[in-house]
Amino acid sequence: MQESAAFTPQFAASTITGILWLIPVAPMVASGVIALLKQPRRKLAASLAIGSLSISLLLSFVAFCHVVAGWAHGGVVREFVNFTWFRFGASTVDLGWVLDPLAAIMIVMVSFVGLLIFIYSVGYMAHDENFTRFFCFLSLFAGAMLGVVISNSLLLLFMCWEIVGLTSYLLIGFWYQKPSAAAAAKKAFITTRVGDVFFLLGIVWLFSQTGTLLFYNHGVGSLEGLALVNLLSQHAGLGLSAAGAIGLLIFAGAVGKSGQLPLHVWLPDAMEGPTPVSALIHAATMVAAGVYLVARVYPLMQIGAAPGGTTTALTVVTWVGASTAVFAALIAVAQNDIKRILAYSTISQLGYMMAGLGLGGVAVGMFHLITHAFFKALLFLGAGSVIHGCHEEQDIRRMGGLKSDMPLTFVTYAIGMLALCGFPIFFSGFWSKDGILEAAQHWDLSKGPFYLLVFGALLTAFYMTRQVCYVFFGHWRGHGSAHESPKVMTLPLAILAFFAIALGVIGTPAWPWFHAFLSNRAASFDLHGFAEPGLGLLMLGSSCVVFAGLGLGWWLYGNKSPKPEAPDALEKSAPWLWKPLRDRLYIDEFYGVTVIAFYGWWARVADWLDRRVWGGIVAAIAWLFGLWARLNRFLDVDWVDGGFDKTCEEISSGGGLLSRVEGGRVQNYLRILAAAVVALVAILLWSSRP
Amino acid sequence: MMSMGMTTPLAGYLLVAAMLFAIGLAGALVRRNAILVLIGIELMLNAANLNLIAFWRYGPHPEALTGMMIAIFSIAVAAAEAAVGLGLVIAIHRHTDTTELDKINRMKG
Amino acid sequence: MTPVFYLLAALALGGGLAAVLLKHLVHCALATTVAFAGLALLFLQLDAQFAGFAQILVYIGAVAILIVFAILLTRGSDLPKDGVFSRSWFIGLVIAAGVFAVLAWAVLESVRAVPQQMAVPVVSVHDIGNALVGRYVLPLEIVALLLTAATIGAVIVAMHEKERRP
Repeated sequence: MQESAAFTPQFAASTITGILWLIPVAPMVASGVIALLKQPRRKLAASLAIGSLSISLLLSFVAFCHVVAGWAHGGVVREFVNFTWFRFGASTVDLGWVLDPLAAIMIVMVSFVGLLIFIYSVGYMAHDENFTRFFCFLSLFAGAMLGVVISNSLLLLFMCWEIVGLTSYLLIGFWYQKPSAAAAAKKAFITTRVGDVFFLLGIVWLFSQTGTLLFYNHGVGSLEGLALVNLLSQHAGLGLSAAGAIGLLIFAGAVGKSGQLPLHVWLPDAMEGPTPVSALIHAATMVAAGVYLVARVYPLMQIGAAPGGTTTALTVVTWVGASTAVFAALIAVAQNDIKRILAYSTISQLGYMMAGLGLGGVAVGMFHLITHAFFKALLFLGAGSVIHGCHEEQDIRRMGGLKSDMPLTFVTYAIGMLALCGFPIFFSGFWSKDGILEAAQHWDLSKGPFYLLVFGALLTAFYMTRQVCYVFFGHWRGHGSAHESPKVMTLPLAILAFFAIALGVIGTPAWPWFHAFLSNRAASFDLHGFAEPGLGLLMLGSSCVVFAGLGLGWWLYGNKSPKPEAPDALEKSAPWLWKPLRDRLYIDEFYGVTVIAFYGWWARVADWLDRRVWGGIVAAIAWLFGLWARLNRFLDVDWVDGGFDKTCEEISSGGGLLSRVEGGRVQNYLRILAAAVVALVAILLWSSRP
Repeated sequence: MMSMGMTTPLAGYLLVAAMLFAIGLAGALVRRNAILVLIGIELMLNAANLNLIAFWRYGPHPEALTGMMIAIFSIAVAAAEAAVGLGLVIAIHRHTDTTELDKINRMKG
Repeated sequence: MTPVFYLLAALALGGGLAAVLLKHLVHCALATTVAFAGLALLFLQLDAQFAGFAQILVYIGAVAILIVFAILLTRGSDLPKDGVFSRSWFIGLVIAAGVFAVLAWAVLESVRAVPQQMAVPVVSVHDIGNALVGRYVLPLEIVALLLTAATIGAVIVAMHEKERRP
């Protein structure tokens, strides 16, 4: 289902677009106000956060309806508002926001899921003493995320992107007294930074080539006709055009933020943060920002593709996504922390999304993003409920039998799990994942991604079954007794579960509303959509894969309740497989040996340089100054003072000499007197001569 | 008294006075002994007296007695000065046991 | 210039020279007396009889005696070891010669303006006495004061100092 990226824009900006900026600003303002509050004012903080996000949700919904209305009338809706931030020389730096189908869907999803998680957090963090700080950071995150979504300028997007990264750091390290949490926050920030460096390079390159960072700007934006053609014509080596190269650089930023293969190491450790944080940021929204970014700059990556073909950039995206999907799923099989399994699952599903973007286009990838947001948030919140009910226990080997102790949580969790696995027909995950598989099947370049993604689906079903069996089936293996969570936590679970099912409806081949909406085509309910060649076979095949995974998982783990110390069933049968998977395929160790070691070496070199070379220079200068001071002192004491003293001595001895004139001898005086008289008289006589 | 034959011009007396004055000055400047310096000074005073009398005699109004009176007063003053000066010499001799001017230099700078 | 004048001039000048040049101080004192006498005679020749006699009385009768006394009281008879002339006698001589040269020059320059001898003035002692207490009474009194002071001063200066006992 490829789509063309040649939109003809509509210029008039409606009222809602005019006030679109309120959507991100409201939560940011709330965050600022909460920052000024004292800790005990919990109710006020929570109310401000939830209230501001509700306003954002309301406005997002209005904007969404507006876009839908515009779409239904057959027009293309892309409204934007741009303004100049500052000028330098002849160039200007512009910022702005845009409202089109892509943005409209995202802001509704982000604010809706965010609102549910905010409400959930009120219950989850009730016993935490840093309640207000939590909501301050959450609000800031929500505002920044919404800013990323509606941004029309790559620069503004980058700025909000960085704020999102900052809040992620703050929230991962929320319990900063724990050294592991502080380390995890640092790791997250630094790893995403690596991606951001490439992202920034892409921005700079784009600006230098097109002179603007705006996406859409009456035809002169960087994603519009003229600029794209210009970028296409330049070659950047390796078979890439400038457009493709810039696209890949921006993709590198997405790799960091969305935890794709080389830079995924921070996501599992990010589970140190509170569960609502994991749900909101590391499942539903922030990690999806990378996918959204690729979707936004899709024209850059797609330009130059022959009809029905693909570009180098998109190929890279596809392979990275596919390999990440399988890689993370493999590791998830052997984890024992409930949240870590979900974290690796998230990485895997993000790989699916990226592959979907590369294989099938914006709509395919975005559909899976939306469905994933709902069921992954559901799973995380459910996990939080489980943790809360098991008195902060996170190891699945110490849980069990919770389906009777926490029924509501069990039901909602099961719905989310089935949606994730892609259980046929009823669950949204099935439709979104199948969309990706179908695109992979029709990909001309290689069938490799297809097989990888199918294998990944098998693994997904397997490890989720394992997790559910450990947690909810068997009998209780933990301390004390488990209890159900309060309503404020289970209500959001229920709402999310509803959407995990219902969203599937808008993406089926019979009524591909979602895809039509994003690609600006008309959509109609047509059961003949199922009659596409190969579609039925694919649906059947993927369903079999899911059942196989579920069956395998049940067979190995079923209703059994192994003791916490006992080895895992898989470990018993294939220990050679188990160990590397449990040790996360040694990626962290690899980084430790290469990158970190290099960094340490570099730091030592810099230290040596600083102490010996620069320090040496400073010491040399200081020595010179000391020399100068000594010289000055010598001059001062020996020459100036000495000279002065000598002068005084000379004057004194001169005085002594002069005083010898006064010999005290009277006859001398007389002589001088007489001589003077002679002289005077002579002068007198001489001058009075006639 | 009567002058006999050609009269001596005033210049003659003045020259004699000048010569005597120079001799007295030479004595005061040249000799070591303090008393001789005083003798020299007396000679100089005498030469001045001679000048005065000569000018009185050859002046326009000799009957005014101006010149002679001054000379007479000068003689009186000279006598007084000689007395004091010689007394000083005696006193200095008592203190320093010498009358050589070179040796009396307590006032040197 | 009358021969008498030359004689008297020679007497005065000769006495002066002798007074300055002789080695023994007593001889010098006597030579001075001769000079004084010559000058007194010159005064007489200039018709200043009172001045001349006053000269003889005061100078020869008092000053010369005083000089001799002083010489005797300061053992002037002992000759100094280094000679009677000071070390820089030549400069003194030169200066004296310079003085004489200047004075002579002044005299000879103004020869033409000086009148010749006038008539002999009749100066009686009576006139001098009248002048002393008439016209010149102030100088007379001052000289009297001066003489008193000088006498007292000379006595004090030359007196043996009393030993002061604390």
